[in-house]
Amino acid sequence: MINVGLNHFLIVSGILFSLGLYAVVTRKNAVMVLMGIELILNAANINFIAFSKFGNLGLTGQVTALFVIVLAAAEAAIALAIVLNIYKTFNNVNVDEIDHLKD
Amino acid sequence: MLTEFGKIFVFILLAAIFVVVALFVAKLIRPKRPTKEKLSIYECGEDPVGSPWVKFNIRFYVIALIFLIFDVEVVLLFPWALSYKEYGVYGFLVGLIFLLILTLGMAYEFRKGDIQWARPEPKAINLKKLFTKESQIDNSSEIKE
Amino acid sequence: MNLYDLIFYLFAAVTLLSAAVVVSSKNIIYSAFSLVLTFFGVAGLYILLGADFIGVVQILVYVGGIMILLLFGVMLTNKITSVDIRTGTVNVLPSAIAIGVFMGLVTSIMIWTKWVSFPTETPLTTTNELGKLLITEYVLIFELLAILLLVALIGAASIARRDKE
Repeated sequence: MINVGLNHFLIVSGILFSLGLYAVVTRKNAVMVLMGIELILNAANINFIAFSKFGNLGLTGQVTALFVIVLAAAEAAIALAIVLNIYKTFNNVNVDEIDHLKD
Repeated sequence: MLTEFGKIFVFILLAAIFVVVALFVAKLIRPKRPTKEKLSIYECGEDPVGSPWVKFNIRFYVIALIFLIFDVEVVLLFPWALSYKEYGVYGFLVGLIFLLILTLGMAYEFRKGDIQWARPEPKAINLKKLFTKESQIDNSSEIKE
Repeated sequence: MNLYDLIFYLFAAVTLLSAAVVVSSKNIIYSAFSLVLTFFGVAGLYILLGADFIGVVQILVYVGGIMILLLFGVMLTNKITSVDIRTGTVNVLPSAIAIGVFMGLVTSIMIWTKWVSFPTETPLTTTNELGKLLITEYVLIFELLAILLLVALIGAASIARRDKE
Protein backbone atom coordinates (compact mmCIF):
# COMPACT_ATOMS: atom_id res chain seq x y z
CA MET A 1 0.00 0.00 0.00
CA ILE A 2 1.40 3.36 -1.02
CA ASN A 3 1.77 6.20 1.39
CA VAL A 4 -0.99 8.74 1.74
CA GLY A 5 -0.33 11.63 -0.58
CA LEU A 6 -2.13 14.31 -2.53
CA ASN A 7 -4.23 11.83 -4.53
CA HIS A 8 -5.86 10.31 -1.47
CA PHE A 9 -7.12 13.67 -0.21
CA LEU A 10 -8.33 14.61 -3.68
CA ILE A 11 -10.28 11.36 -4.02
CA VAL A 12 -11.96 11.88 -0.65
CA SER A 13 -12.90 15.39 -1.71
CA GLY A 14 -14.22 14.15 -5.07
CA ILE A 15 -16.49 11.58 -3.42
CA LEU A 16 -17.67 14.13 -0.87
CA PHE A 17 -18.47 16.57 -3.68
CA SER A 18 -20.50 13.92 -5.53
CA LEU A 19 -22.47 13.05 -2.39
CA GLY A 20 -23.26 16.73 -1.82
CA LEU A 21 -24.35 17.11 -5.43
CA TYR A 22 -26.59 14.07 -5.04
CA ALA A 23 -28.27 15.64 -2.01
CA VAL A 24 -28.80 18.90 -3.88
CA VAL A 25 -30.29 17.18 -6.91
CA THR A 26 -32.56 14.60 -5.30
CA ARG A 27 -33.82 16.11 -2.03
CA LYS A 28 -37.09 18.01 -1.86
CA ASN A 29 -36.63 19.72 1.47
CA ALA A 30 -34.84 23.05 1.14
CA VAL A 31 -32.89 22.52 4.37
CA MET A 32 -31.54 19.24 2.96
CA VAL A 33 -30.47 21.08 -0.19
CA LEU A 34 -28.55 23.49 2.04
CA MET A 35 -26.83 20.57 3.77
CA GLY A 36 -25.75 19.29 0.35
CA ILE A 37 -24.29 22.70 -0.43
CA GLU A 38 -22.32 22.60 2.82
CA LEU A 39 -20.90 19.20 1.81
CA ILE A 40 -19.83 20.63 -1.56
CA LEU A 41 -18.12 23.60 0.10
CA ASN A 42 -16.28 21.26 2.46
CA ALA A 43 -15.06 19.18 -0.49
CA ALA A 44 -13.74 22.32 -2.16
CA ASN A 45 -12.01 23.30 1.07
CA ILE A 46 -10.25 19.95 1.32
CA ASN A 47 -8.89 20.54 -2.18
CA PHE A 48 -7.66 24.04 -1.30
CA ILE A 49 -5.84 22.87 1.80
CA ALA A 50 -4.39 19.77 0.12
CA PHE A 51 -2.93 21.93 -2.65
CA SER A 52 -1.70 24.39 -0.05
CA LYS A 53 0.30 21.59 1.60
CA PHE A 54 1.58 19.84 -1.52
CA GLY A 55 1.94 22.87 -3.80
CA ASN A 56 4.51 25.61 -3.54
CA LEU A 57 2.24 28.60 -3.05
CA GLY A 58 2.68 28.80 0.70
CA LEU A 59 -0.36 29.36 2.84
CA THR A 60 -2.52 30.93 0.12
CA GLY A 61 -4.73 27.86 -0.06
CA GLN A 62 -5.38 27.98 3.66
CA VAL A 63 -6.34 31.66 3.52
CA THR A 64 -8.75 30.86 0.69
CA ALA A 65 -10.24 28.04 2.76
CA LEU A 66 -10.75 30.51 5.62
CA PHE A 67 -12.59 32.87 3.25
CA VAL A 68 -14.74 29.98 2.02
CA ILE A 69 -15.73 29.11 5.59
CA VAL A 70 -16.72 32.74 6.27
CA LEU A 71 -18.73 32.87 3.03
CA ALA A 72 -20.42 29.57 3.91
CA ALA A 73 -21.53 31.03 7.24
CA ALA A 74 -22.98 34.14 5.59
CA GLU A 75 -24.64 32.00 2.92
CA ALA A 76 -26.23 29.67 5.47
CA ALA A 77 -27.57 32.63 7.47
CA ILE A 78 -29.20 34.30 4.46
CA ALA A 79 -30.46 31.06 2.88
CA LEU A 80 -32.11 29.87 6.07
CA ALA A 81 -33.78 33.24 6.57
CA ILE A 82 -35.21 32.91 3.05
CA VAL A 83 -36.32 29.33 3.78
CA LEU A 84 -38.11 30.47 6.92
CA ASN A 85 -39.89 33.18 4.95
CA ILE A 86 -40.90 30.66 2.29
CA TYR A 87 -42.29 28.43 5.01
CA LYS A 88 -44.29 31.33 6.40
CA THR A 89 -45.75 32.12 2.96
CA PHE A 90 -46.42 28.66 1.51
CA ASN A 91 -46.46 26.55 4.71
CA ASN A 92 -44.11 24.21 2.89
CA VAL A 93 -40.39 24.01 2.17
CA ASN A 94 -40.36 21.49 -0.65
CA VAL A 95 -38.43 23.11 -3.45
CA ASP A 96 -40.36 21.35 -6.21
CA GLU A 97 -43.73 22.65 -5.06
CA ILE A 98 -42.79 26.29 -4.72
CA ASP A 99 -43.18 27.29 -8.35
CA HIS A 100 -45.61 30.19 -8.21
CA LEU A 101 -43.44 32.33 -10.43
CA LYS A 102 -44.27 29.96 -13.29
CA ASP A 103 -47.92 30.94 -13.70
CA MET B 1 6.21 11.38 20.71
CA LEU B 2 2.84 12.98 20.15
CA THR B 3 1.87 16.32 18.78
CA GLU B 4 -0.73 18.36 20.63
CA PHE B 5 -3.43 17.27 18.19
CA GLY B 6 -2.28 13.68 18.64
CA LYS B 7 -3.08 13.99 22.34
CA ILE B 8 -6.55 15.32 21.53
CA PHE B 9 -7.05 12.46 19.08
CA VAL B 10 -6.09 9.84 21.67
CA PHE B 11 -8.43 11.51 24.15
CA ILE B 12 -11.37 11.45 21.71
CA LEU B 13 -10.61 7.85 20.79
CA LEU B 14 -10.56 6.78 24.46
CA ALA B 15 -13.81 8.62 25.14
CA ALA B 16 -15.53 6.94 22.20
CA ILE B 17 -14.26 3.50 23.19
CA PHE B 18 -15.38 4.07 26.78
CA VAL B 19 -18.93 4.98 25.75
CA VAL B 20 -19.29 2.15 23.24
CA VAL B 21 -17.89 -0.50 25.59
CA ALA B 22 -20.03 0.67 28.52
CA LEU B 23 -23.23 0.65 26.49
CA PHE B 24 -22.42 -2.71 24.91
CA VAL B 25 -21.60 -4.43 28.19
CA ALA B 26 -24.73 -2.96 29.77
CA LYS B 27 -26.79 -4.31 26.88
CA LEU B 28 -25.29 -7.77 27.42
CA ILE B 29 -25.94 -8.11 31.13
CA ARG B 30 -29.12 -6.14 31.82
CA PRO B 31 -32.50 -7.89 31.98
CA LYS B 32 -34.99 -6.79 29.34
CA ARG B 33 -38.61 -6.86 30.47
CA PRO B 34 -40.40 -3.97 28.75
CA THR B 35 -43.92 -2.99 29.73
CA LYS B 36 -46.16 -0.33 28.31
CA GLU B 37 -45.48 1.88 31.32
CA LYS B 38 -41.73 1.61 30.89
CA LEU B 39 -41.81 2.32 27.18
CA SER B 40 -43.93 5.46 27.38
CA ILE B 41 -42.25 8.84 27.13
CA TYR B 42 -41.15 10.23 30.48
CA GLU B 43 -42.59 13.66 31.07
CA CYS B 44 -42.07 14.33 34.80
CA GLY B 45 -44.18 11.28 35.63
CA GLU B 46 -47.31 12.61 33.95
CA ASP B 47 -48.82 11.20 30.79
CA PRO B 48 -47.23 13.03 27.86
CA VAL B 49 -49.40 15.72 26.29
CA GLY B 50 -49.16 16.63 22.63
CA SER B 51 -46.33 16.18 20.19
CA PRO B 52 -42.76 16.92 21.27
CA TRP B 53 -42.08 18.54 17.89
CA VAL B 54 -43.29 21.99 18.83
CA LYS B 55 -42.50 24.76 16.42
CA PHE B 56 -40.74 27.45 18.40
CA ASN B 57 -40.50 31.18 18.06
CA ILE B 58 -38.69 32.69 15.11
CA ARG B 59 -36.95 35.13 17.43
CA PHE B 60 -34.62 32.31 18.48
CA TYR B 61 -33.48 32.20 14.88
CA VAL B 62 -32.49 35.86 14.85
CA ILE B 63 -30.45 35.37 18.03
CA ALA B 64 -28.69 32.33 16.52
CA LEU B 65 -28.02 34.36 13.39
CA ILE B 66 -26.38 37.19 15.33
CA PHE B 67 -24.32 34.60 17.22
CA LEU B 68 -23.11 33.00 13.99
CA ILE B 69 -22.06 36.28 12.39
CA PHE B 70 -20.08 37.44 15.40
CA ASP B 71 -18.62 33.95 15.84
CA VAL B 72 -17.16 34.24 12.34
CA GLU B 73 -15.94 37.74 13.13
CA VAL B 74 -14.01 36.49 16.14
CA VAL B 75 -12.52 33.69 14.03
CA LEU B 76 -11.14 36.27 11.61
CA LEU B 77 -9.80 38.36 14.48
CA PHE B 78 -7.67 35.53 15.95
CA PRO B 79 -4.92 35.56 13.28
CA TRP B 80 -5.01 39.35 13.15
CA ALA B 81 -4.55 39.62 16.91
CA LEU B 82 -1.53 37.33 16.82
CA SER B 83 0.41 39.31 14.26
CA TYR B 84 -0.74 42.92 14.07
CA LYS B 85 2.04 44.18 16.32
CA GLU B 86 4.69 43.51 13.70
CA TYR B 87 3.05 46.04 11.39
CA GLY B 88 2.70 48.90 13.84
CA VAL B 89 -0.06 51.44 13.38
CA TYR B 90 -1.00 50.05 9.97
CA GLY B 91 -1.77 46.61 11.37
CA PHE B 92 -3.78 48.13 14.16
CA LEU B 93 -5.81 50.28 11.76
CA VAL B 94 -6.68 47.23 9.63
CA GLY B 95 -8.31 45.53 12.58
CA LEU B 96 -9.89 48.76 13.80
CA ILE B 97 -11.66 49.34 10.49
CA PHE B 98 -12.81 45.72 10.50
CA LEU B 99 -14.25 46.09 13.99
CA LEU B 100 -15.86 49.46 13.21
CA ILE B 101 -17.70 48.03 10.20
CA LEU B 102 -19.07 45.19 12.30
CA THR B 103 -19.99 47.56 15.12
CA LEU B 104 -22.40 49.14 12.64
CA GLY B 105 -24.19 45.80 12.47
CA MET B 106 -24.30 45.61 16.26
CA ALA B 107 -25.74 49.14 16.41
CA TYR B 108 -28.37 48.16 13.84
CA GLU B 109 -29.43 45.15 15.90
CA PHE B 110 -29.67 47.28 19.04
CA ARG B 111 -31.70 49.92 17.23
CA LYS B 112 -34.13 47.38 15.77
CA GLY B 113 -34.49 45.67 19.14
CA ASP B 114 -33.53 42.20 17.99
CA ILE B 115 -31.34 41.65 21.01
CA GLN B 116 -33.90 42.60 23.63
CA TRP B 117 -35.68 39.44 24.63
CA ALA B 118 -39.18 40.10 25.92
CA ARG B 119 -40.06 43.26 24.13
CA PRO B 120 -42.38 45.21 26.41
CA GLU B 121 -44.11 48.10 24.78
CA PRO B 122 -44.24 50.80 27.45
CA LYS B 123 -47.07 53.23 27.09
CA ALA B 124 -45.65 56.71 27.01
CA ILE B 125 -46.99 58.51 30.03
CA ASN B 126 -47.91 62.03 29.15
CA LEU B 127 -47.05 64.03 32.24
CA LYS B 128 -48.98 67.11 31.16
CA LYS B 129 -52.12 65.09 30.66
CA LEU B 130 -51.67 63.37 33.98
CA PHE B 131 -52.01 66.60 35.90
CA THR B 132 -55.08 67.99 34.20
CA LYS B 133 -58.39 66.82 35.45
CA GLU B 134 -60.18 65.76 32.31
CA SER B 135 -57.27 63.70 31.09
CA GLN B 136 -57.18 61.87 34.40
CA ILE B 137 -60.68 60.67 33.66
CA ASP B 138 -59.48 59.67 30.20
CA ASN B 139 -56.61 57.74 31.70
CA SER B 140 -58.78 55.83 34.10
CA SER B 141 -61.15 54.90 31.33
CA GLU B 142 -58.18 53.60 29.36
CA ILE B 143 -57.10 51.45 32.23
CA LYS B 144 -60.56 49.97 32.51
CA GLU B 145 -60.42 48.95 28.88
CA MET C 1 1.54 1.65 6.49
CA ASN C 2 2.38 4.00 9.28
CA LEU C 3 0.29 5.74 11.90
CA TYR C 4 -0.37 8.80 9.75
CA ASP C 5 -1.93 6.67 7.01
CA LEU C 6 -4.03 4.79 9.53
CA ILE C 7 -5.42 8.01 10.99
CA PHE C 8 -6.06 9.34 7.49
CA TYR C 9 -8.08 6.26 6.54
CA LEU C 10 -10.02 6.50 9.81
CA PHE C 11 -10.98 10.13 9.22
CA ALA C 12 -11.74 9.54 5.55
CA ALA C 13 -14.02 6.63 6.45
CA VAL C 14 -15.80 8.71 9.12
CA THR C 15 -16.27 11.59 6.67
CA LEU C 16 -17.53 9.56 3.74
CA LEU C 17 -19.75 7.15 5.69
CA SER C 18 -21.47 9.91 7.63
CA ALA C 19 -21.84 11.94 4.42
CA ALA C 20 -23.52 8.90 2.86
CA VAL C 21 -25.90 8.78 5.84
CA VAL C 22 -26.62 12.52 5.38
CA VAL C 23 -27.50 11.94 1.75
CA SER C 24 -29.49 8.75 2.10
CA SER C 25 -31.35 9.07 5.41
CA LYS C 26 -35.09 9.72 5.15
CA ASN C 27 -35.24 11.42 8.54
CA ILE C 28 -33.91 14.95 8.36
CA ILE C 29 -32.85 14.95 12.02
CA TYR C 30 -30.59 11.94 11.41
CA SER C 31 -29.16 13.76 8.40
CA ALA C 32 -28.42 16.84 10.48
CA PHE C 33 -26.65 14.91 13.23
CA SER C 34 -24.55 12.83 10.88
CA LEU C 35 -23.61 16.08 9.15
CA VAL C 36 -21.96 17.02 12.47
CA LEU C 37 -19.89 13.84 12.24
CA THR C 38 -18.95 14.72 8.64
CA PHE C 39 -17.71 18.13 9.75
CA PHE C 40 -15.61 16.52 12.49
CA GLY C 41 -14.08 14.14 9.96
CA VAL C 42 -13.27 16.97 7.59
CA ALA C 43 -11.70 18.89 10.48
CA GLY C 44 -9.51 15.85 11.16
CA LEU C 45 -8.43 15.82 7.52
CA TYR C 46 -7.52 19.52 7.72
CA ILE C 47 -5.38 18.90 10.78
CA LEU C 48 -3.68 15.96 9.04
CA LEU C 49 -2.87 18.36 6.21
CA GLY C 50 -1.11 20.68 8.64
CA ALA C 51 -3.85 23.31 8.74
CA ASP C 52 -4.40 23.42 12.48
CA PHE C 53 -6.12 26.80 12.61
CA ILE C 54 -8.51 25.93 9.78
CA GLY C 55 -9.37 22.65 11.50
CA VAL C 56 -10.28 24.42 14.72
CA VAL C 57 -12.23 27.05 12.78
CA GLN C 58 -14.09 24.27 11.01
CA ILE C 59 -15.30 22.89 14.32
CA LEU C 60 -15.99 26.34 15.74
CA VAL C 61 -17.96 27.72 12.79
CA TYR C 62 -19.52 24.65 11.19
CA VAL C 63 -20.36 22.54 14.22
CA GLY C 64 -20.94 25.44 16.58
CA GLY C 65 -22.65 27.86 14.24
CA ILE C 66 -23.90 26.56 10.93
CA MET C 67 -25.20 23.27 12.36
CA ILE C 68 -27.13 25.18 15.05
CA LEU C 69 -28.66 27.33 12.33
CA LEU C 70 -29.55 24.29 10.19
CA LEU C 71 -31.19 22.61 13.17
CA PHE C 72 -33.16 25.80 13.79
CA GLY C 73 -34.23 25.61 10.16
CA VAL C 74 -35.39 22.02 10.69
CA MET C 75 -37.23 22.82 13.90
CA LEU C 76 -38.88 25.97 12.59
CA THR C 77 -40.18 24.43 9.39
CA ASN C 78 -41.85 21.35 10.86
CA LYS C 79 -45.54 20.76 10.82
CA ILE C 80 -46.82 21.13 14.37
CA THR C 81 -49.71 18.68 14.26
CA SER C 82 -48.21 15.71 12.50
CA VAL C 83 -44.64 14.59 12.93
CA ASP C 84 -43.54 15.24 9.38
CA ILE C 85 -39.78 15.20 9.45
CA ARG C 86 -39.37 12.71 6.63
CA THR C 87 -38.29 14.31 3.43
CA GLY C 88 -39.19 13.15 -0.03
CA THR C 89 -36.83 12.64 -2.93
CA VAL C 90 -37.20 13.24 -6.64
CA ASN C 91 -35.49 11.68 -9.69
CA VAL C 92 -33.50 9.25 -7.57
CA LEU C 93 -32.52 6.72 -10.23
CA PRO C 94 -31.41 9.03 -13.09
CA SER C 95 -29.50 11.34 -10.77
CA ALA C 96 -27.89 8.39 -8.99
CA ILE C 97 -26.66 7.07 -12.34
CA ALA C 98 -25.51 10.49 -13.52
CA ILE C 99 -23.72 11.28 -10.29
CA GLY C 100 -22.20 7.80 -10.16
CA VAL C 101 -20.69 8.45 -13.59
CA PHE C 102 -19.57 11.89 -12.44
CA MET C 103 -17.96 10.47 -9.31
CA GLY C 104 -16.10 7.85 -11.36
CA LEU C 105 -14.92 10.53 -13.74
CA VAL C 106 -13.69 12.86 -10.99
CA THR C 107 -11.91 10.15 -9.02
CA SER C 108 -10.26 8.70 -12.14
CA ILE C 109 -9.07 12.20 -13.06
CA MET C 110 -7.70 12.59 -9.53
CA ILE C 111 -5.93 9.23 -9.78
CA TRP C 112 -4.48 9.44 -13.29
CA THR C 113 -3.34 13.04 -13.36
CA LYS C 114 0.36 13.41 -12.68
CA TRP C 115 0.25 15.98 -9.92
CA VAL C 116 3.48 17.84 -9.43
CA SER C 117 3.90 18.09 -5.71
CA PHE C 118 6.46 20.11 -3.81
CA PRO C 119 6.87 18.55 -0.39
CA THR C 120 7.38 21.81 1.46
CA GLU C 121 7.63 22.11 5.18
CA THR C 122 4.48 23.74 6.52
CA PRO C 123 5.10 25.66 9.72
CA LEU C 124 4.00 23.98 12.91
CA THR C 125 1.45 26.62 13.82
CA THR C 126 -0.16 28.45 10.96
CA THR C 127 -2.22 31.05 12.83
CA ASN C 128 0.52 33.65 12.94
CA GLU C 129 1.36 33.20 9.25
CA LEU C 130 -2.31 33.45 8.31
CA GLY C 131 -2.53 36.71 10.25
CA LYS C 132 0.46 38.13 8.37
CA LEU C 133 -1.14 37.20 5.04
CA LEU C 134 -4.46 38.73 6.12
CA ILE C 135 -2.80 42.01 7.07
CA THR C 136 -0.49 42.38 4.06
CA GLU C 137 -1.55 40.55 0.93
CA TYR C 138 -5.24 40.00 1.52
CA VAL C 139 -6.04 43.16 3.47
CA LEU C 140 -8.67 44.29 0.98
CA ILE C 141 -10.47 40.94 1.15
CA PHE C 142 -10.22 41.09 4.94
CA GLU C 143 -12.10 44.41 5.01
CA LEU C 144 -14.52 43.23 2.32
CA LEU C 145 -15.36 40.24 4.50
CA ALA C 146 -16.34 42.66 7.27
CA ILE C 147 -18.71 44.41 4.85
CA LEU C 148 -20.03 41.04 3.69
CA LEU C 149 -20.74 39.95 7.25
CA LEU C 150 -22.45 43.30 7.94
CA VAL C 151 -24.66 42.88 4.87
CA ALA C 152 -25.44 39.27 5.77
CA LEU C 153 -26.34 40.24 9.33
CA ILE C 154 -28.65 43.09 8.34
CA GLY C 155 -30.15 41.25 5.38
CA ALA C 156 -30.87 37.98 7.15
CA ALA C 157 -32.20 39.70 10.27
CA SER C 158 -34.55 41.88 8.26
CA ILE C 159 -35.75 38.94 6.14
CA ALA C 160 -36.39 36.73 9.16
CA ARG C 161 -38.07 39.46 11.18
CA ARG C 162 -40.81 40.16 8.62
CA ASP C 163 -43.67 38.88 10.83
CA LYS C 164 -44.55 42.06 12.74
CA GLU C 165 -45.55 44.40 9.96
